[in-house]
Amino acid sequence: MRAADITTASVLLLLGGVVLFDAARLGIGWGTDGPKSGFFPFCLAVVLIGACGAILVQALRRSAQTPFVTRERLAPVLTVLWPAVAMVALVHVAGLYVASALYLGFYMRWAGRHGWTAVVLCAVGVPVLTFVVFETWFMVPMPKGPVEAWLGY
Amino acid sequence: MGLENLFHGFQIAVTPFNLFITVLGITLGTIIGVLPGLGGANGVAILLPLTFTMPPTSAIILLTSLYWGALFGGAITSVLFNIPGEPWSVATTFDGYPLARQGQGGQALTAAFTSSFVGALFSIVLITFFAPLLAEIALRFGPPEFFAIQLLTFSSFIGLGGGDPLKSLVSIVLGFILAAVGLDIVTGQLRMTFGFVDLMKGFDFIVAVIGLFGIGEILLSVEEGLSFKGIRTSMNLRVVLDTWKVLPRYARTFVRGAFIGFWMGFKPGGATPASFMSYAFAKRFSKHPERFGKGEIEGVVAPETAAHAAGVAAMLPMITLGIPGSPTAAVMMGGLIIWGLQPGPMLFKDNPDFVWGLIASMYTGNLIGVLMVLAFVPFFASILRIPFAILTPLIVVICAIGSYAVHNSMIDIWYMVIFGVVGYVFKKLDYPLAPLVLALVLGDLAENALRQSLIMSQGSLAIFVTRPIAGAITAVALLFFALPVLTPWWRRLRGNPTVAHET
Repeated sequence: MRAADITTASVLLLLGGVVLFDAARLGIGWGTDGPKSGFFPFCLAVVLIGACGAILVQALRRSAQTPFVTRERLAPVLTVLWPAVAMVALVHVAGLYVASALYLGFYMRWAGRHGWTAVVLCAVGVPVLTFVVFETWFMVPMPKGPVEAWLGY
Repeated sequence: MGLENLFHGFQIAVTPFNLFITVLGITLGTIIGVLPGLGGANGVAILLPLTFTMPPTSAIILLTSLYWGALFGGAITSVLFNIPGEPWSVATTFDGYPLARQGQGGQALTAAFTSSFVGALFSIVLITFFAPLLAEIALRFGPPEFFAIQLLTFSSFIGLGGGDPLKSLVSIVLGFILAAVGLDIVTGQLRMTFGFVDLMKGFDFIVAVIGLFGIGEILLSVEEGLSFKGIRTSMNLRVVLDTWKVLPRYARTFVRGAFIGFWMGFKPGGATPASFMSYAFAKRFSKHPERFGKGEIEGVVAPETAAHAAGVAAMLPMITLGIPGSPTAAVMMGGLIIWGLQPGPMLFKDNPDFVWGLIASMYTGNLIGVLMVLAFVPFFASILRIPFAILTPLIVVICAIGSYAVHNSMIDIWYMVIFGVVGYVFKKLDYPLAPLVLALVLGDLAENALRQSLIMSQGSLAIFVTRPIAGAITAVALLFFALPVLTPWWRRLRGNPTVAHET
């Protein structure tokens, strides 16, 4: 926990520095008709740096006790996270419906070890249902790929 | 004057289409409330794009009904599964789950739903009478007063939120920084974009809500290795009627809970502390405090009344001041802006149909809600029996659709993933997420109020102290900011340094 606390506070401290730098570029003083663009971000950056500094000092003084996350418990988090990232990447090429079908099917088979019938039923059924609801019923367009183009959408 | 308007509101809320919308919203909301990883705030965020083409009154009815449903749904998982679907239903598990294990799940659920309804009704009645008055006063507010209220909003997270005040402060400031990214509408300059075109449009809080609460929550719940072992319960009319016969005994608990809920609820972040406070009070005033935690109906009544009263009360500052009292209200406020309405006191003058339709729909929505959940508990409980390997990817896909639909942009889905990871880390390190979201929503408003005030005063900060209303609000806000420093000092003065931290 201590290491994670220190890392997070340091990253935020760095972010505060970046904001401060940008605020200085924009000008933090009084312009012709009011405070300049950088005035508010400057105030925020100062508070962020101050608060993160204090958190950092607190964390450094504390002794390390519990780890942020154990290896065994991180595994299920990653099994959710990386297929999700892969799906989002796939949306760029294949469109949302095909990507979500593959993602649902893959996750059910790989993480849940469901039978092929259930996998295919869900992986096809859910995207078709969302397609009907979003594209035809509420007219909210989703990213589409070659499969939808081939079907004429 | 209030009653005529309310009557007019009922004529708008009670049309077949709007009643259908209410039922739909409550059904979806209860499902969302039951599912892990989906709560009121991100449920509303995901459905928001679907309302863009609806008339605003129907749209807000859909979203508020969803919110009531989510509040009811939280009670189901707390009682039957010992899993609080929302933070404010944690206190409900203390006595709800033991009751369910003793085979009295039906009684516990009936008590929970009824208490929710009573708490909600109390707050709605107060909103009906106070909202127009508050809006009337707020009409005379200038930028300094609005900035003072913003200050008060965020100071209450630090002073009353529990948790680490420094981390609350970081969350708030981070939200404001994210809100400032992009085009500065006052000067037309680009801020913190560093030449990236994608950063020019800034971060949308709806995407942040879906990522932080939706994806973050999913990651957290898989890490905790949740397996849903629920208790089956029989609900029938007899159980409901028998429980209703017992409930009047707890009239005092109802009244106390409703007051605590309303009082805490119209300040931000109030629902969770309200539920704990109400539970603690009920235990303190009970003749049998030893029964609490082992399956006492009163222990279900107290937190549920307060949580639901607070949940409804969070709508009051949104419609009267344009400042949301909770993340869910913040998302709804975002909706208002998208539908072309200006949240705040002018709503009562410019869009009376919308406001009174909304208030009337709170009555109908909660009434329909309590009847629906009482009737269909087994159906809603069965949702959690869907295998986790189906639920998890399904929720991720729904979140992705919701994020994309806000602006039809792919980058938002990536932001959602990043916010998800940030939400997971923040939650584990006890950085509160609600202030971040609220700051992201209110960022531009707060900054403009600050700038306009400073222009009015030629750059002097004294304007926040010298104007009477702004001065009073600023004083309270400063007190709240100082509270984390003052409290330990005060305790040492009284000679008992080891007082447990209040939730």
